[in-house]
Amino acid sequence: MTTTSWNHKDLLGIQDLTVDEVNCLLDTATAFKQVGERAVKKVPSLRGKTMVNLFIEPSTRTRTSFELAAKRLSADVINITTSASSIVKGETLKDTALNLQALNTDIIVIRHSAAGAPHFLSRLLTASVINAGDGAHEHPTQALLDAFTIREKKGRIAGLNVTILGDILYSRVARSNIWLLTKLGAHVTLAGPSTLVPRVFEEFGCRVTYDIDEAIRDADVINLLRIQHERQRKTMFPSIGEYAAMFGLNKERFARTKPDAMIMHPGPINRGIEIDSEIADCGRSVILEQVTNGLAVRMAVLFLCAGRKHSTEGAE
Amino acid sequence: MAVCPTEADGFFCVMSATVLMDAATLERTLTRMAHEIVEHNPEPESLAFIGIHTHGAPLAKRLAAKVGAILKREFPVGELDISMHRDDLALRDAPPQVGPSNITFDVTGRAVVLVDDVLFTGRTIRAAMDEISDFGRPQRIQLASLIDRGHRELPIRPDYVGKNVPTAPGERVRVRLVEIDGKDEVVIER
Repeated sequence: MTTTSWNHKDLLGIQDLTVDEVNCLLDTATAFKQVGERAVKKVPSLRGKTMVNLFIEPSTRTRTSFELAAKRLSADVINITTSASSIVKGETLKDTALNLQALNTDIIVIRHSAAGAPHFLSRLLTASVINAGDGAHEHPTQALLDAFTIREKKGRIAGLNVTILGDILYSRVARSNIWLLTKLGAHVTLAGPSTLVPRVFEEFGCRVTYDIDEAIRDADVINLLRIQHERQRKTMFPSIGEYAAMFGLNKERFARTKPDAMIMHPGPINRGIEIDSEIADCGRSVILEQVTNGLAVRMAVLFLCAGRKHSTEGAE
Repeated sequence: MAVCPTEADGFFCVMSATVLMDAATLERTLTRMAHEIVEHNPEPESLAFIGIHTHGAPLAKRLAAKVGAILKREFPVGELDISMHRDDLALRDAPPQVGPSNITFDVTGRAVVLVDDVLFTGRTIRAAMDEISDFGRPQRIQLASLIDRGHRELPIRPDYVGKNVPTAPGERVRVRLVEIDGKDEVVIER
């Protein structure tokens, strides 16, 4: 029987992964996607393991996806949200995490508004730490599910033109996607209002443009990002209406894209702002398939990080 | 006959290999097993074959073709990757490479012939039976194995055996098939 080359107890970000490791993860996710099509959608791989969803920042879809992924691997799941935890009583992240580890948890999935929070925990804990979004830094499972969807639909990633449109500055999805797609050989173009797409992103190995028509004309994949109201400290563009008119994917712009250009969105979508309602529901939109694939990718992440001998790597 | 295994690791050839079956013997053995399957399934309408990844899969296809030729009908064939159902994940240093299972027919009510190349501890078969029941409820599951090398750790026995081979625990039985390895043979490495 063949074993994988995967040797991480944690998934902290895309930056740490090699191309081989990414491919290993995507291949593993292919196998787990098939589990969802069975009569019994559950395998015993993580039976007896406990996963904690530690969401210090609100989330519905990512938390639900991780929870379902763990349950389909037969792990037990506990959900902790800020309002229902001792964090409101003044407990530090370190103490919360050490308390969770004292309960013999095997996996901690963390979302935090501070970049680097998962990295901090990974040095502290023997449990596997999975980054479910840290500030505006990384959201690795979202990037992996996007890559999985592109690979599945287009058959490859290398050489494709991928345009990421919208709020890049405040988006961890954009950062993880840029790192992953450039690592896998795609040509990445970023577009949006200049206040949200600073030129400095060219240092990541991608192209920055403010001409939306030019950005989407040759794109094989258009990944639309939501305007992150909650992360913007001041208004970065005059109005939502103006954003929709200038940068939204409407029917006229959509008609000028390549006939096989694929439309992606990490959700939640704002219909009528970054994307027209009809385009979100059209045949070239893979928005709901991204959700299905997200489950398979998260199962693969949990399986690879926690589906082996308990490691003491990383513990202080 | 002792030969040096072509894929021996390292600089020196430290293992010796003895050929247990050549291509012709393997072919005859599968033909005999196919006849046994026909004999033990007087109502063959519900027969289906499921091979365990990797080498069980082509063997299942060949057995299904042979049984099909005898009974003049086609039987569904599926493939099972049991990595997700292994009972030793928590004992391993690295996670196994998992692949998708491919069973496109409904197993419920079927007489499933589960096919593997080498039967050893029986743990793979335990995992395979668990996984098959996730796809549905077969009427019965029978086990066909090209080689039975003994050393069972679970109460599992095959219904159809190509060859019983007494082995020591440290020895390794390798089945090579044209579909995967480019030639048909069974060797034992010491």
